[in-house]
Amino acid sequence: MDLQAYQTEGFHDELFDASLGPRPGAELLVSRLAASCDGELAERQRAADKMLLTMGITFNVYGHEAGTEKIWPFDIVPRVIDAGEWSVIERGLKQRIHALNLFIDDVYNQRRIVADGVVPDWLVDSGKCFRGPCAGLKPPRGVWCHITGTDLVRGGDGVMYVLEDNLRTPSGVSYVLENREVMKRTFPQLFAGQRISPVENYPEKLLAMLEYIAPPQARDPTVVVLTPGIYNSAYFEHSFLARQMGVELVQGSDLVVQGDVVFMRTTHGLERVDVIYRRIDDDFLDPLAFRDDSLVGVPGLMRAYRAGNVALVNAPGTGIADDKAVYAYVPQIIRYYLGEDAIIPNVPTYVCGEPAQCDHVLSKLHEFVVKPANESGGYGIVLGPRATKEQLEDCRARIKANPRNYIAQPMLSLSRVPTVVGDSLEGRHVDLRPFILYGEEIFVLPGGLTRVALVKGSLVVNSSQGGGSKDTWVVHERRR
Amino acid sequence: MLSRVADSVYWMNRQIERAENVARAVETTLDLALDGTISPGRLWNALVCTFGDEADFWARFGLADQANVISFLAFDQTNPNSIASCLQAARENARTVRDMISTPMWEEINKAHLYVRSAAAANAEIDHPREFLDEMKRASQLITGVADATMSHGEAWHFARMGRLIERADKTSRVVDVEHYFQPAAVRIAPPASGTAAAAAVLEVGTDAVQWSAVLESASALEMYRKAYGAVTRRNVAEFLIFDRFFPRAMHFCLIKAEESLLAITGGSKGAYSNPAEQRLGRLRSQLDYGAIDEILGDTSGLHGFIDSFQAGLNRASDAIYDTFFALRPVGSAAEAAG
Repeated sequence: MDLQAYQTEGFHDELFDASLGPRPGAELLVSRLAASCDGELAERQRAADKMLLTMGITFNVYGHEAGTEKIWPFDIVPRVIDAGEWSVIERGLKQRIHALNLFIDDVYNQRRIVADGVVPDWLVDSGKCFRGPCAGLKPPRGVWCHITGTDLVRGGDGVMYVLEDNLRTPSGVSYVLENREVMKRTFPQLFAGQRISPVENYPEKLLAMLEYIAPPQARDPTVVVLTPGIYNSAYFEHSFLARQMGVELVQGSDLVVQGDVVFMRTTHGLERVDVIYRRIDDDFLDPLAFRDDSLVGVPGLMRAYRAGNVALVNAPGTGIADDKAVYAYVPQIIRYYLGEDAIIPNVPTYVCGEPAQCDHVLSKLHEFVVKPANESGGYGIVLGPRATKEQLEDCRARIKANPRNYIAQPMLSLSRVPTVVGDSLEGRHVDLRPFILYGEEIFVLPGGLTRVALVKGSLVVNSSQGGGSKDTWVVHERRR
Repeated sequence: MLSRVADSVYWMNRQIERAENVARAVETTLDLALDGTISPGRLWNALVCTFGDEADFWARFGLADQANVISFLAFDQTNPNSIASCLQAARENARTVRDMISTPMWEEINKAHLYVRSAAAANAEIDHPREFLDEMKRASQLITGVADATMSHGEAWHFARMGRLIERADKTSRVVDVEHYFQPAAVRIAPPASGTAAAAAVLEVGTDAVQWSAVLESASALEMYRKAYGAVTRRNVAEFLIFDRFFPRAMHFCLIKAEESLLAITGGSKGAYSNPAEQRLGRLRSQLDYGAIDEILGDTSGLHGFIDSFQAGLNRASDAIYDTFFALRPVGSAAEAAG
């Protein structure tokens, strides 16, 4: 096909440089795309869509009918990251997770960072995800944030920034694996002759981590994945991971706590559980410790956890480092614990809980992207430059009512990747969510989930709001 | 395995088997309607009665004709036993046990569900239902085959097989009983005394070879039957579908294999029991071990009476399976009470 018609339109493109030459790592992919015949791209896209439908790779959208199931939108043109750049990103992510884990452990124990005035105490204590009951806890092996999905974006300046840290129950890794499989089956010739980092070993890494952090007395630990059930938006992923690891997928009602030990109810009676990879928020984990109206949790689970009889992944309370106001302090947190500068910079961020910064944000509200500090899935975000007057005033009122709960960032010009539109390619904005496991060591899955805003000009990549995804390739130089 | 998961696997397969049997019964009725011996009205009415959803049907439809009955039994989302509802429920169950079943098995269930859904939306199948019904039978058999070939024959597989066979035993028993529903309603409620002219007329309907051939066809049993018996008679067809030990849709075969799966799950052995499920299923199976068709036909309650009590026994066995394996037994801790 003719790639001459493709336009970067002044955006940073992940496959092409400004003069439409292929970027490092993308040379072979671009030449293969150029060599594809007319109609082939549309044909391959259709084949991929059909495969996703048959495989039942879906997610649920809230707010419509209860648990409406949608097919996961996928674009067949991969996003390429050169191995040289990836090694920097990998180091940056390890550094960040290392520091954040130290931070979480500190705020629930000695609180040195607060005493030393690096992070203000009001910020920590007012955090919606700060869990008082977790104070004094020491999780097995000292790890709190076992699984993280850090969102990265590339700005118009070509620099990769951290947009947010997801340390509660980040989702999307199953789609990384499924995307690769769909890609291999529907467009195998793109892979020929390339050296692409594999992603298929993630389930083994995950299981090894879960077994590593088991309570020390568990010799041959029993691991389970705890899901809220089939109507949860990420149910597909919960069952996928359980299946890939060969462990039980349980719901709250399958578990019972007796004598501070967790058991699951099986056809042969009760069986002890040692490690729970829970995909349920802290709030709903245990009605006796947190929200007492939770129907998906397990009464007594926190007592069993505190008694050291079960490991929870991620550890309850980890969400404090997921707070977007805390995010603003991460560069200082890294410097405080590790004595290093952050390898991957933050997006410049204003914390509305700080009066001076709040005034600045309110005076230029139409220039900022305003985000609530503790939402996920892209809910509650106001894009200043694209908002109506009413939306801006509504946003202003909400900030004034609860400044602690908001942050503001400049509007970024997200990078783009060529995406199939009919039988041709157009640029669409993307972000990147790499997945990091913290067990015996820190492991970063090469690449991660590239989410793409399929709507022309849109910056919203969330699957619940018209986003899709792409296979992500970390491409190494070919052996000669 | 988890009780909840065992429950879902068991029901997933029952629902798929149920959908297949509805498809078979509709096909047979279409054949008989072409044949013309029994009036179409009575045939379609009998079909609704056979599947036990009479009240539901008459609450919504004024007439039991081909279009109404097929739309009710195949596509009606509000009828929990329609093919569409069964497939929807089976897929929902498959999703909840996605981690227990193989990917090829899941994909076949998903495909079958997508096929039924698009057929229901198109609604064109009501007038030309053959292809749809064929596809439904094929899908169910494909799912069974793929499960046998790709799933470990461990606990989950045994729960699945037990579900399928218990459902099949129930549906075959209904097909055997279909002559009862071909009778006019008045005869069904108050059977005429034997030896009267009315009784002779009833019997005539019941001994029709075409009708019993259709019964065999609906169980894909005609060839296997012929090898065993030759000519089609009421007595022999009933004997074959109730007592045969080797034909996979015969009630006796279904119970023998269902019990094998049950014992594989519990580790028990035939001839004794250690829980209500083993007791009830074993008792029902042994009734077929030592039963005889001539005794049944010669008894005052007749074939219909026998089938009735068989179905009641099967329901009791099914309830016992639920109580033994699936019911989330209260554990009685303080935490449990608070939950």
